[in-house]
Amino acid sequence: MTKNLRVKSGKFIDETYRISFKFNGSTYYGFKGDTLSSALLANDVHLVGRSFKYHRPRGIMTAGSEEPNAIVQLHDNSSRTEPNVRATEVEIYEGLEASSQNCWPSVKFDIGGINNFLSPLLPAGFYYKTFMWPASFWEKYEYFIRRSAGLGKSPTEPDPDIYEHKYIHCDVLVVGSGISGVLAAKTAAKNGFKTLLVDEKPYLGGSTIYQKTDYFKINNQTSSSWLEKEINEIKKLKNLEIKIRTSVAAYHGYNFLLARENLTDHLPIDQRKNKIRHRLLKIRAKKVITATGSIERPMIFDNNDRPGILLSSAIKSYADFFGVATGEKNILLTNNDSAYETAISLIQKGINVEAIIDNREEVESKLLYEVEKNNIKIFKGFTVINTFGYKRINKISIKKLSKDGQKVVGSRINLSCDCLGISGGWTPAVHLFTQSGGKLKFREEDQVFIPNIYSSDQLSIGSCNGDFTLDEILINAPKSLKDFLNINNTEYDNLDIVSSTNKSKRNIWLLPSDKVLGKTKSFVDYQNDATAKDIKLALREGFRSIEHVKRYTTTGMGTDQGKLGNMHALGIISETAGAKMGELGTTTFRPPYTPLTFGTIVGRNVGEYFDIIRKTPIHNWHVEHHAKFENVGQWKRAWYYPKENENMHQAVQRESKAARESAGILDASTLGKIDIQGTDASEFLNRVYTNAWSKLAIGKCRYGLMLNEDGMVYDDGVTTRLGENHYIMTTTTGGAANVMSKLEDYLQTEWPELDVYLTSVTDHFATVSVCGPNSKKIISKVIPDLDLSDESFPHMSFKDAKIGKINCRVMRISFTGELSYEINIQANYAKSVWEKCIECGKDFDITPYGTETMHLLRAEKGFIIVGQDTDATMTPIDLQMDWIVSKKKYDFIGKRSLYRSDTIREDRKQLVGLLTENPDEVLEEGAQIVANVDKSPIEMLGHVTSSYYSPNLKKSIALGVVKGGKNMMGQKLIIPMEKKNINVTVADPVFLDKENKRLNA
Amino acid sequence: MFIINCPFCGEREQSEFKAGGEAHIVRPKQPTELSDDQWAEYLFMRKNIKGVQFERWNHAHGCRKWFNMVRDTSNDKIKAVYKMGEKPPVE
Repeated sequence: MTKNLRVKSGKFIDETYRISFKFNGSTYYGFKGDTLSSALLANDVHLVGRSFKYHRPRGIMTAGSEEPNAIVQLHDNSSRTEPNVRATEVEIYEGLEASSQNCWPSVKFDIGGINNFLSPLLPAGFYYKTFMWPASFWEKYEYFIRRSAGLGKSPTEPDPDIYEHKYIHCDVLVVGSGISGVLAAKTAAKNGFKTLLVDEKPYLGGSTIYQKTDYFKINNQTSSSWLEKEINEIKKLKNLEIKIRTSVAAYHGYNFLLARENLTDHLPIDQRKNKIRHRLLKIRAKKVITATGSIERPMIFDNNDRPGILLSSAIKSYADFFGVATGEKNILLTNNDSAYETAISLIQKGINVEAIIDNREEVESKLLYEVEKNNIKIFKGFTVINTFGYKRINKISIKKLSKDGQKVVGSRINLSCDCLGISGGWTPAVHLFTQSGGKLKFREEDQVFIPNIYSSDQLSIGSCNGDFTLDEILINAPKSLKDFLNINNTEYDNLDIVSSTNKSKRNIWLLPSDKVLGKTKSFVDYQNDATAKDIKLALREGFRSIEHVKRYTTTGMGTDQGKLGNMHALGIISETAGAKMGELGTTTFRPPYTPLTFGTIVGRNVGEYFDIIRKTPIHNWHVEHHAKFENVGQWKRAWYYPKENENMHQAVQRESKAARESAGILDASTLGKIDIQGTDASEFLNRVYTNAWSKLAIGKCRYGLMLNEDGMVYDDGVTTRLGENHYIMTTTTGGAANVMSKLEDYLQTEWPELDVYLTSVTDHFATVSVCGPNSKKIISKVIPDLDLSDESFPHMSFKDAKIGKINCRVMRISFTGELSYEINIQANYAKSVWEKCIECGKDFDITPYGTETMHLLRAEKGFIIVGQDTDATMTPIDLQMDWIVSKKKYDFIGKRSLYRSDTIREDRKQLVGLLTENPDEVLEEGAQIVANVDKSPIEMLGHVTSSYYSPNLKKSIALGVVKGGKNMMGQKLIIPMEKKNINVTVADPVFLDKENKRLNA
Repeated sequence: MFIINCPFCGEREQSEFKAGGEAHIVRPKQPTELSDDQWAEYLFMRKNIKGVQFERWNHAHGCRKWFNMVRDTSNDKIKAVYKMGEKPPVE
């Protein structure tokens, strides 16, 4: 049976509201207001997890987001399961289920605990050193390493919760609602600034300045009741918005901050339905005040990680806020006055304090005298050298420190206890300040990094700025607020303050022991099991940069990002290497401050909202006719239209035969369309395409190839001259936006003198393409008035026409090699025109075909697809398209690059056709092409870019790029595949109708 | 994320803009007369300064205008924005 360690009147606890929850399968009870950690401690549960590497038993260590040990899995095996949650931040609710991580079969008996005894064999860098050789064994090692490491389990089912993003703009953002945050928010709001105050906890007031004694008074009230009144007042302010359970994750440049507002995690599961769980706030603040407080430092000594060892401030929080005693025989170890504040709180609550071990020799402290009055033994100038108790601390050994603090002297004293509080002083929480680009400075007196140079309009106040005592905060914060907000006075300018903290501190980064360091386990990073010994080893092995030591020892690389131990790591490095802390610097503080859920990051952008989906105006017809779709950029394009039980291959074979033998119809609306107007339009096209445009007659179309300035093919398409100064350009589906942007770039920056205007009309026009020997007959039924004779309407020309009352542009152009017409029509009429074409084509068995058939048909003709047969390393010459590169034009984009030493190499990869020895063998796109498989290493000559079985040619055809391919016509090459080598012959890339007879069929 | 003062639209979020590399690299008027080295200098060589740098930016999701910007790449402070064709500001 567990003990009840609840003491009277915790500030946040509602003792009339009992809540049951499960931890590792057992049912416990807590009260409304409890966190999982406070409720467990009230039930005398300290052992909550196992450490990462040695699987040592670990207990709750802190009361806040800095917790390294008490990280748990919530609701295991459910869709809402969440790993790596800090028990100190979980507010309990009816039905909460939590379990320990990184232990098997249970937290009380964990097989991995054997690593603890093997630890002499597991030094820093052990995994790096051991599993490097032989390399081929890595796959075998990895399986076991990953199984034995690992923290929580990720969910396997879809997340049932809703998340969202929200933008917030404010004049002043205050981060942190401790005493300095509260007075900053009030001052800002009362002076007319639209203010937002956020705090990660579910309540305001912070935790460090919570004093109910006469030793800490403001205007004759205890500091805690004064602060309570202030909090009640700010809640009424009109200019102030307050968000609790809101943790700032990242502080970017230009005062852009990301915060996670937690809306439902504290509610029972059945109350969360249809509510937003987390909201990512994207905050743009004119001014930012960080009042993020400070984190108490642990102390580094042998076995400083046992369950029952907590930060002294956490013990105080559990007693004051949750009414929980963390032990019945408490001992505190300190190097400053903070532990005495804890002791006084415990005494007030009637919780037993056995002794205080103070590193300091001589201390003039009112708080110390108060504690002494209560007959509590204080060991001045002593330190803890070891602790005992496997699953819970039960004894400590202490010894006197030498004068210089480097050794312990005298005889060992053993003290029994069930809880040890440690206070190594305070570390300002400068994470957000440094994320924003601020520069720190090192303050020697108390060995802390504090904000020095700001990178944006911001201010740090309170203990995150190095003001740790009540009087320092209340004197300095209002002063700096006046400057920052440019105001003359605050209501805090003349406070009557009583503060009794003695500021002296005896900072020893690594406490001495009577054992050699190699025999101790003094943890610096609890979560990653990095010890002082590991850090020294890294230095001995030659690591000097703090960033390297961090990675080698993994110090500070856990989910807690080393909020507790990073300073000690720095201190030990600095002492060992003889470098100054200030010069050593810190490791980079990276966002997020505390981990974010994936849901928070993606917000509403899941499922069909993951990315924009573009559909053509004919899309619904394709859906109704059972088309399969493929994604082309953001577009959904009809891929093929299976009939009955056809698979893709069967459908494509049928569609491509139909297009060549009678008629096919394709939705080509996704092609990019750019309307080009202006008196210099022809000159502009001359400069952006490789071929000549000036002489293109009105009403004619021309294929153009566009290069990058480096000579590589960028895009292609047909452009039509609609009038003297008017063209319509088509681009590839995927390239449309980039082409538009590139053309604008040249127009605006290189050739501003040209009179040319570009308008994207991709979405305004739809394109219905009808091809095949019967296409002319079909179009003549669709548009009876249009003269389709070859004389009046030859290949590569265009005509305006009307379908009923609807204006359309008809182009006679072809991407299939068949006679074909493209009807461009205002998008909202597109479906009716499409349906009319289908209706008129019925007698000719007109067959809708998708992109796969289109690709096959064009491959038969050897037409390239930019992006499939090219990859930004192909010039037009490489593509055997010399014919399209004008020799006469003085300049066009990319021209000069076509005769750089590299682009004129004969052995560049060049586009060729490939025919397989066995006509039924279809190559795999992307397969390598080689000439000789006997010589090792095998020389790679190129790869297959397009490959199909052609039903019209009744054989397999492929395009590929091959080094020096142009001069290899007829040569035999090999495609080596996993199980066999396929013999191919280099061929002309035009497989069908080399004479282009079909265009005029 | 910066706030960029587009010379045509005013202050907007960085997400509306596209970076376009170093500014004031003029495309040679007569590329055919350049040696491979000279052309490569234009084509490939960029300064990538740590410190104050002159850059091209495009208000891609806004007015689509290109403009120039002076930015300190070490702290992302924007010192100036000015239209294409205008003279760069002197420090």
